[in-house]
Amino acid sequence: MSDMPWPALAEIAPAQRTGGWRLSFAAKHALLSWIVPVLLLIVWQIAASAGWMSDSVLPSPVKVAEAGWNVARSGALFQNVEVSFLRAMAGLIVGGGIGFALGLANGVSKFSEHLTDSTLQMLRNIPHLSLIPLVILWFGIGEEAKLFLVALGVFFPIYLNTLHGIRTIDPQLLEMGKSYGMTNGMLFRRIILPGAMPSILVGLRFALGIMWLTLIVAETIAAQSGIGYMAMQAREFLQVDLVVFSILIYALLGKLADSVARLLEKRCLKWHANFKDEAHV
Amino acid sequence: MSVTGHDPAYSNARSGTQPLPNFDAQFRQQPSNGVSLTLSGIAKTFGQRAILRDLDLQVPAGQFVAIVGRSGCGKSTLLRLIAGLDQPARGHIHFGENEPRTPGGSLLRVMFQEPRLLPWANILANVEVGLGAQPKTPLARERARETLRAVGLEERGADWPSTLSGGQKQRVALARALVSRPRLLALDEPLGALDALTRIEMQRFLEQMWLRDRFTALLVTHDVMEALTLADRVLMIEQGSITLDLAIDLPRPRRRGSVDLALLEEQILKRLLREEKVLPEYTI
Repeated sequence: MSDMPWPALAEIAPAQRTGGWRLSFAAKHALLSWIVPVLLLIVWQIAASAGWMSDSVLPSPVKVAEAGWNVARSGALFQNVEVSFLRAMAGLIVGGGIGFALGLANGVSKFSEHLTDSTLQMLRNIPHLSLIPLVILWFGIGEEAKLFLVALGVFFPIYLNTLHGIRTIDPQLLEMGKSYGMTNGMLFRRIILPGAMPSILVGLRFALGIMWLTLIVAETIAAQSGIGYMAMQAREFLQVDLVVFSILIYALLGKLADSVARLLEKRCLKWHANFKDEAHV
Repeated sequence: MSVTGHDPAYSNARSGTQPLPNFDAQFRQQPSNGVSLTLSGIAKTFGQRAILRDLDLQVPAGQFVAIVGRSGCGKSTLLRLIAGLDQPARGHIHFGENEPRTPGGSLLRVMFQEPRLLPWANILANVEVGLGAQPKTPLARERARETLRAVGLEERGADWPSTLSGGQKQRVALARALVSRPRLLALDEPLGALDALTRIEMQRFLEQMWLRDRFTALLVTHDVMEALTLADRVLMIEQGSITLDLAIDLPRPRRRGSVDLALLEEQILKRLLREEKVLPEYTI
């Protein structure tokens, strides 16, 4: 390259010299967001191996992974995850479905709103977890208790956000739709539902958070299966590593649910400028 | 100068290998598209305030009428009453031989000041909204595509409305209003929010569409020159009644800045500004 006519070019474009080490912008960002968690994990491992932390306080990541491997091999892990997952989904479908339906009804019909909204707003102020003693009295520690609590927990965010979404639809679009001869069904499908969708999906994300929280509490207090039960069992046998592993499983499931919600947002709100090119899912 | 003549999409469609079906024969079976309009004794009040007082108006089929006036004079209210968006306190509105104004029928369409496009539907789907409650047959879809082509946005059919400029959005709104071949088009300052150049371009589009379809047009505007460039007849509304009814008998397309238009504009502006002339800022 001695006969290169513009040797200065090499100085102008240093990027070329780094060659294979250069990463795309998005990949760089993804890498950047992993640095802190990985560092934390390393510090944790070092602290545990060096004996700064007793195993009965916080076992090392390797021990936690070992505990996870053992419980996965025995099959108990998948059984419990499945039970918890099904509980969460059942509660979400029942509570979210009712919340969505009532939100739609109250957003569209003044009669329905006057009939039910103020009652629902009063009930909203009761923390749903405070009902646990009552729920245990009613249902014992069977599946109904968990279903009831989760459904109650996810009901309100979905109800409120659906209602809010419908209320904030641009009245000019509704006027246009009516003037252009849309029937009530078409107004609903083409203007009301898509217009309320951003808000409904925000409600869903809130609901997913509450769903796991409720399930953790319910399974920890009153259950005979599920991840929470697994953690409580481990506590009784002083298996701190398994307790930590159970907590991590909850975190993973929560993150998974959030990713699904984000994916839904990206799919349903393609038209929305805010969701056009989100790098992280 | 013809705007569509220079549009690549349009000329491609014409000179393309595949001849287009004859849309005019397919869609324009109805004779002369316009419908006549009769208002008798229309009155509208908001609370104690009278917006329109016993207003009578006769518009023959196919006429292009522009309604000018100061803001708050009741011109938009009048348009909303005709379009059926509001109900008059008194009086009657008739179309043609007492034709019913069913919502979604192809009698009447409104073009609003804002484009009012559905942000979650692509541009072609937005034009299809104009078909009303009709089932979306392949023929209807083809018609929507043809109307989009007529406003020069055929290749943007799959895009979201948020990717369009203000003028393009109003062109989509125009296509949506015209796709069902309405017999009366009510325009509520549709070009008010556009910049000067885009406005002139849109006025040309509007005139072309009107010449093509010959619907009755009611254009509410605060721009006197716009009214004069486009309309057969200019009405002025002051304090709830029509105070000027001027026939504009000039050949089309009208040259902006011609002496005739300037004289007429002067005449109308004088009327509009009369109230200020009575109260000069200083006296000698």
